[in-house]
Amino acid sequence: MLDKFGIAKRIAKELKDGYYVNLGIGIPTLVANYVPEGIEVVLQSENGLLGIGPFPFADEVDADLINAGKQTVTTTIGSSFFDSALSFGMIRSGRVDLTVLGAMEVAENGDIANWKIPGKMVKGMGGAMDLVAAAKNIIVAMQHVDKKGNSKLLKRCSLPITGLGCVKKVVTELGVFDIVPEGFQLLERAPGITVEYIREKTEGHLLVVGEIPEMVV
Amino acid sequence: MLNKLVANAEEAVKDIQDGATIMLGGFGLCGIPENCINALVKTGVKNLTCISNNAGVDDFGIGLLLNTRQVKKMVSSYVGENAEFERQLLSGELEVELIPQGTLATRCLASGYGMPAIFTPAGVGTEVADGKEIREFNGKQYLLEYAFDSDYAIVKAWKGDTHGNLIFRETARNFNPMMAMAGKITIAEVEELVPAGELDPDQIHTPGIFVNRIFQGVDYEKRIEQVTTRLKS
Repeated sequence: MLDKFGIAKRIAKELKDGYYVNLGIGIPTLVANYVPEGIEVVLQSENGLLGIGPFPFADEVDADLINAGKQTVTTTIGSSFFDSALSFGMIRSGRVDLTVLGAMEVAENGDIANWKIPGKMVKGMGGAMDLVAAAKNIIVAMQHVDKKGNSKLLKRCSLPITGLGCVKKVVTELGVFDIVPEGFQLLERAPGITVEYIREKTEGHLLVVGEIPEMVV
Repeated sequence: MLNKLVANAEEAVKDIQDGATIMLGGFGLCGIPENCINALVKTGVKNLTCISNNAGVDDFGIGLLLNTRQVKKMVSSYVGENAEFERQLLSGELEVELIPQGTLATRCLASGYGMPAIFTPAGVGTEVADGKEIREFNGKQYLLEYAFDSDYAIVKAWKGDTHGNLIFRETARNFNPMMAMAGKITIAEVEELVPAGELDPDQIHTPGIFVNRIFQGVDYEKRIEQVTTRLKS
């Protein structure tokens, strides 16, 4: 089984040289720590920065320089600043190659729910609805089951939808899944996890073709 | 002669009436018009509709206007960091309209560009689409969203001149430029105000034509929501 760092490491393997990437808050943010050797990616922050660098040293913290999670950051060589409308222009017009988001639920048709739990506090969708409506390639980083052990990979989302049919790939603590017309196609198992266990924990239709390799992270 | 200069925040906001709709620039606490928010708390103006990406925190930013119950309605994309906000929302004292962040930005942009509406894919198939017109272009569905109609826009810039030209700094730019274009009356507070002619025209982000009032702000706190650092090895 993977921990959150393992999920981030596995997703980092999907990065390709020259990609512009938007990383959501939480596990997705960790992906930046595992960019493979020898490739260059540019991280986009929807509040108006291309080229997010590492956290600053204590003596270089700058209140005017934050990421979309409102954390202080730095810039990388070749970075640029811009306003929020331009930022979502990049996103909507398909310039961002990969978006990595967290989710509360994903459905076998690629629907995603990650912004609201009715009856509880509503924090808002932020930029998530814009990202999922436009991104070419969306990978979801999420826990496979909730605290009660219920599957979060579902036939249909039960929570309010963030976007329809947009998720391409899901990485959980149990495995890697592509969304295909038949449902969740299992590509890799997490270390020590069996196909039977994954089947038991997946409510949506699970497609298993041939031998499923254990992932290397 | 152009006369946009006002003495301070109190003078800049003194004619904002009860029930006004105001845009406030900023993302989180970054790039917010601190001076004008404090001045609005002092004037005590009520029943404001505030269009702003976030709603501040309990004791800073728009949170200050929530504490004094001056806000009737918030129009935002994310409001997660404010306990007083949550309390007023759950008790029904505060109205909230949550809209996708890109839609928020682009509705400001449309207003400043003199266009009545936009089509965006954000929110199709979600509760955001309820009651809205949907059009299909090239096989994909889009929502019709209207330009904002705001009485005032209040923005914060890094540098400005007496003609109202503005330059923003780093990610404190965020919603400020497009809100500056979208207010019927736009108020700009700046960290450094200089005479017209001192800013390089090639570096101006917001041309002064969009700005009605400008003043040199004071005592910027520039609070940070999450100070994250790394260690020197």
